[in-house]
Amino acid sequence: MNQDFKNHINKSLNKNIRMDGRKKDEFRKITIETGVISTAEGSARVKCGETELIVGVKMGVGNPYPDIPEEGVLMTGAELYPLSNPEFEGGPPRERAIETARVIDRGIRESGTIDTKKLCIKAGEQVWMVFLDVAPVNMDGNLIDIGCLAAMAALKNAKFPEFKDGKPDYKKLSKKSLPISKVPIEVTVAKIGDNFLVDLTDDEEKFVDARLTVAILEDGNLCAMQKGGDSPLSEDDVFKMIDLAIKKSKELRKLL
Amino acid sequence: MGELLVKDKEVVVPGEIIAEGMDYLPSFGTYRKEQRIIANRLGLLSIDGKVIRTIPLAGRYVPRRNDMIIGRVIDILMSGWRININSAYSAVLMLQEATFKYIEKGANLSKFFSLDDWVVAKIIRVSSQNLVDLTMKGPGLRKLDGGRIITVNTYKVPRIIGKQGSMVSMIKEVTGCRITVGQNGFVWIQGEPEQELLAVRAIKKIGAEAHRNGLTDDIKKFLDKNKVKTKGEKQ
Amino acid sequence: MTFKKRPDGRKFDQTREIEAKAGIIKKADGSAYFRIGKTAAYAAVYGPRELFPRSQQDPKKGRLRCNYNMMPFSGAGERVRPGPSRRSKEISMVSEKALLPVVDLSDYPNAVVDVFIELPQTDAGSRCAGICAASIALADAGITMRNMVSAVSCGKVDDKVMIDLDYEEESYEDGDVADIPVAMVPDTGEITLLQMDGKIKKEDLKKAIEMVKKPLKEIVEIQKKVLKERYK
Repeated sequence: MNQDFKNHINKSLNKNIRMDGRKKDEFRKITIETGVISTAEGSARVKCGETELIVGVKMGVGNPYPDIPEEGVLMTGAELYPLSNPEFEGGPPRERAIETARVIDRGIRESGTIDTKKLCIKAGEQVWMVFLDVAPVNMDGNLIDIGCLAAMAALKNAKFPEFKDGKPDYKKLSKKSLPISKVPIEVTVAKIGDNFLVDLTDDEEKFVDARLTVAILEDGNLCAMQKGGDSPLSEDDVFKMIDLAIKKSKELRKLL
Repeated sequence: MGELLVKDKEVVVPGEIIAEGMDYLPSFGTYRKEQRIIANRLGLLSIDGKVIRTIPLAGRYVPRRNDMIIGRVIDILMSGWRININSAYSAVLMLQEATFKYIEKGANLSKFFSLDDWVVAKIIRVSSQNLVDLTMKGPGLRKLDGGRIITVNTYKVPRIIGKQGSMVSMIKEVTGCRITVGQNGFVWIQGEPEQELLAVRAIKKIGAEAHRNGLTDDIKKFLDKNKVKTKGEKQ
Repeated sequence: MTFKKRPDGRKFDQTREIEAKAGIIKKADGSAYFRIGKTAAYAAVYGPRELFPRSQQDPKKGRLRCNYNMMPFSGAGERVRPGPSRRSKEISMVSEKALLPVVDLSDYPNAVVDVFIELPQTDAGSRCAGICAASIALADAGITMRNMVSAVSCGKVDDKVMIDLDYEEESYEDGDVADIPVAMVPDTGEITLLQMDGKIKKEDLKKAIEMVKKPLKEIVEIQKKVLKERYK
């Protein structure tokens, strides 16, 4: 990372002007479309500036985990397709893809978004498995927040397939939606120098000292966190970042 | 009798038949197949007498001798630096081309240029295998200290510079920014935040509309309309 | 029971609805979207760029490298497990061979042009849609190509020869089915991809290939049109 260039950007941030002209606490324009993938049981396409990603929900029937025989399974995956950004490489998912998937998963899991007990078909034998996959088409930063937003839109959009003769019939979707109780919103706040920013572009992400992703529920409570970046944060930093995240989560929630 | 099937200055795409008959000669971006001249690259058709060529609209920068380019240090070698020049190939800046100063044997090269430093350099050699050598000896060639780099389509660079540098001069004048346009599509800009933003927008606008007529006037209007006044220190 | 009418009401020589767009991925050197019916493909081209590991470099010319991948939710049935499969590796290879004859990388020794094909949604014919998207994306990236390649399938369901089979037709059970993906340089008639699974008489194969030529030409016209639309 080039310190001269970083100092230059910091000078501009001190005046509350970002590289693309936004204010520090400003998101890019977000659009959400749902039901965009005919082969998925639920789907959403979310665009945020030049970042564009698709989240699809697939449902299957499988065996429950032995320790929770009455609960269905929710799994979240994310891949960084080399199609979407020149810096992404092919091959098995690396740290960043795995972190993205796990942080989105944590927000959804810890909030109890889906009542997995309601996914049980026959205790100990058959349960619904819900697969959530985040697929970036254009990657220009902020994969976690946008991925989480798209995941929630896709989950809300999803319908169970008909269940016949012990297996799902993918040709027929029922009218039954997923048992969604809580809707977490994830907001990542980044620290560059002494400045706190949200919704970073690819260019900005290169200069980040530290970041904090916060998953926030409707009542303002937090249900998951993840600190990233190489620099440490003070306690004061952390609470400033959480406050900003809570404020922004209210705006994002309105879009769903 | 030869017949032209596409008008001059129109966009042609690979496989498009441009002319029939033997009257025309195929040049860059085109080839002859029996009686026909066919495009083999996306570009703007350019007819000069009997010669048919196309001006590319897309593609990576192709290094040429004497081009002034902007590059980023991506590796420190035994006796020089490897530089990303926004092309299919990286370039090498050899020690003896880096500075007029005397560099001692075994000196720590990162003192001169370290990873992620940006430099303005000139291409001095391109081999048949596309090995590219750079120099930093010459007017205007230097290390860049702060500012920002934006990437534009390398084929739009002539429009961004303008005739005798008229376009870039106009942007510099209105915004007060320092701007260096590398032939390879990397552009360096340094100025007051609001001004820098306006300069970036103007340059991106030129990139997006380079194939249109009346571009200089459009950009002038755009700059006048969005002009920002800032007081304070000059860069 | 014999197969008389196509389930979606198409004529036997009619493709599904086609939608295409060039330049949809901002950070790519070239890109495209191609949809035929419910089968959609994105393609992005990166390069020419440096090829690693060096052992894969060719000092005479640049390499073309294709990668075909189905997104996990893009199959009609169960979730597609992420990551390469034997199927996706084979399709990547035949897609590469389908495009290679028109691409000229002699100016780029040791370099690579990467083509990434991602399928968000499929209903049969996905390799053909991928090749159509990739061909547009390569041209969009300013790669030297002597012509465009288009692709669509032809085949037979029961005793009817037809083009562009969808999934329902491919899975017809009361008679023989043959599915034949074809990629071609329609201007020269060169066939660059040909595969088949199923059962077909030689005479019917001849008929099917005759029938697929016209839609392949039409697809090339669409590919050329969308490339030009970027510069309007």
